[in-house]
Amino acid sequence: MTTFHDPRKALAAVFAVLLAASAAALADDVQDASKLLKSGQHQQALERVNRVLAAKPKDAQARFLKGLIFAEQGNAKDATDIFLLLTRDYPNLPEPYNNLAVIYASQGQYDKARASLEQSIRTHPSYATAYENLGDVYAKLASQAYDKALQIDSANPVAKNKLALVRELVGGAAPAKPAAATVAAAPSPKEPATAPALVAAAEAKPAPEKSAPERPAGATTGNAEVLDAVGAWAKAWSSKNVDAYLAFYARDFKTPGGETRPDWEKARRQRIGAPKSIAVTIEAPKVSVDADGQASVTFRQGYRSDVIKSSTTLKTLIMARSDGRWLIRQERVGN
Amino acid sequence: MSLRRAWPRLAAAALLLVACSGQAAGPTPALSGAGPESALSGVLEAIEANRPDLAMQRVEALLAAHPNFRLAHLIRGDLLMARARPLETFGNVPKTVPREKVEDLRAEALLRLRALRERPNGDRVPRYVLQLHAGQTHALVVDSRRSRLYVFENVGGRPQFVADYYVSLGKNGVEKTREGDQKTPIGVYHVTANLPRQKLIDFYGAGAFPINYPNAWDRRLGRDGHGIWLHGTPSDTYSRPPRASDGCIVLANADLEAVGRSLQIGLTPVIIADEIDWTDGAALEAERTALAGAFQAWRADWESRDTGKYLAHYAARFNSGDQNLADWSAHKRKVNGAKSWIKVGVTRISMLQYPRESFVVVSFDQDYRSSNLSNVMRKRQYWIKDDGRWRILYEGGA
Repeated sequence: MTTFHDPRKALAAVFAVLLAASAAALADDVQDASKLLKSGQHQQALERVNRVLAAKPKDAQARFLKGLIFAEQGNAKDATDIFLLLTRDYPNLPEPYNNLAVIYASQGQYDKARASLEQSIRTHPSYATAYENLGDVYAKLASQAYDKALQIDSANPVAKNKLALVRELVGGAAPAKPAAATVAAAPSPKEPATAPALVAAAEAKPAPEKSAPERPAGATTGNAEVLDAVGAWAKAWSSKNVDAYLAFYARDFKTPGGETRPDWEKARRQRIGAPKSIAVTIEAPKVSVDADGQASVTFRQGYRSDVIKSSTTLKTLIMARSDGRWLIRQERVGN
Repeated sequence: MSLRRAWPRLAAAALLLVACSGQAAGPTPALSGAGPESALSGVLEAIEANRPDLAMQRVEALLAAHPNFRLAHLIRGDLLMARARPLETFGNVPKTVPREKVEDLRAEALLRLRALRERPNGDRVPRYVLQLHAGQTHALVVDSRRSRLYVFENVGGRPQFVADYYVSLGKNGVEKTREGDQKTPIGVYHVTANLPRQKLIDFYGAGAFPINYPNAWDRRLGRDGHGIWLHGTPSDTYSRPPRASDGCIVLANADLEAVGRSLQIGLTPVIIADEIDWTDGAALEAERTALAGAFQAWRADWESRDTGKYLAHYAARFNSGDQNLADWSAHKRKVNGAKSWIKVGVTRISMLQYPRESFVVVSFDQDYRSSNLSNVMRKRQYWIKDDGRWRILYEGGA
């Protein structure tokens, strides 16, 4: 994994076709279905998606969403079928591989999960969610190997699965086209009731939500402070000053995998501690502040270390002021 | 996010393991054969060479052939875990696992690795096997500290190294003295029977070869217990931890089968030592020559009917069954005085140094003829260096 090649051109081509094929009205239906799913209204979401698919049976966005609905409903078989067909029809998209892997892992099929995640990463070498998931799958496979070594049964390994489903089909490295002042997405109001083990990691929106009015007014004054905080955060990370880095995360920070704060901090310490050198850069940051004073910063994050030569991710930090400092409440990868 | 990030630590853990195994200076001797143990060594070599993918390939090939090789599963676990996060140790299992379970496998890894890196070269022989007789094809010598059984072939009466195997021994170590002490005896024994797989439960694996514990020396010291066997491994595991049995010597099933082909019931010596005392061929030859001279002098003095010279070969602490030296002397003076001639033939002589003791077990076929009595028997004597002279400590039928 010392070199990465960039598959963006191929993906961009795929997306040009996809986007052209999607009629605007149907796109609205997909958006609506996505929102319904987030609010836990699986059945209504499914109806919208089926409406889209009746008109456009090959629509990748709608098929992906349908797979996601099935996955969250606990219907692993139908979800698997959909994601599997998506990987065949669009072998260059990383998300279906990732979600397929999440389902395999939830069934304890870690070898299949591993193969699928490795495929996802081959498709898109800097795909953060797939890497995180693959790390967990390797840990599970290791745990199974240890069980065989020690002739013990580990307690209910499937229940401990906490791999992240990707919620949006965006092609990972597809050119980002967010509006300049994107309104921060509200955190999901409910955890999916039927599949508590599946935790959403990447909920960032590729397009502004129509239902949420933009409110940039009166919020510009804080922008410089927010950018300073983001810069200082990147600096602490780059200098491997883990304590300073962790101090940028608010007490109510929503951990990406839903893990406990101590677990998350421990993992971060390990990941930041392992390479000899790290360089994190912030490019083209865009700040928006909502009426409640919460800031959303979206930027291209460059990451280099002696282990990963380079990777670029689109990142969004949701930040809030606390005791005079801007602290991170959510951190999202992907666009 | 990197598959490689945790890797250097695994390599370090493996190197630590290698360092602990006390690698001898100089080139590593070539491995013989392509058994699972040399495959395991190949895995660790790939780790040392910082080639994790090759190591993974090799360990998976090893597991395909030996799905119950627990140590290989442990290393595969480490190879996978290294991709997820940095390893803290060799056998990086969760902290919740009982420590002793992992320690057993670590100990097995160290012992196997050490044995592969410290294989005997052609010139080194164990001090114990002074002489094998023509009818004995092989001798087994167990190094308890290394959990290793060495097979030697009889070449002109001298031991020549053939193969060695990992073995599990008693939970409580060695020097068995009491029934139920879960220890492996130290001493010179021989196999007494061949119990095939069909006659045994799965626990004994591919078969079993009982040995003659307690032997005459053990009985003299009042040691008890019984049922010390060489045997195989249950079907659910390729091997057992180094200290796992109730005193038996346990081999992997394929290894037991290989060793079994060299065993002769009632003949093949099984010498169990703490740590093998290795020597060179010349030193062994000098020891053997000195003892053989004393033994032939004993025979000649018996034939001479000079009972005083004959009895001078017996140590003050001598015994034979319930006879001490005084009883023995009185008996021999009476018997020998009544004869006009004696002829003593000795053939099929073996000489085995007893581990931990200063005597040598000499076994031979004795063809005794005299003016009034003849008999042929297999005999055993313990010869001990007494005031710089070889003397007989024990004598009896074998």
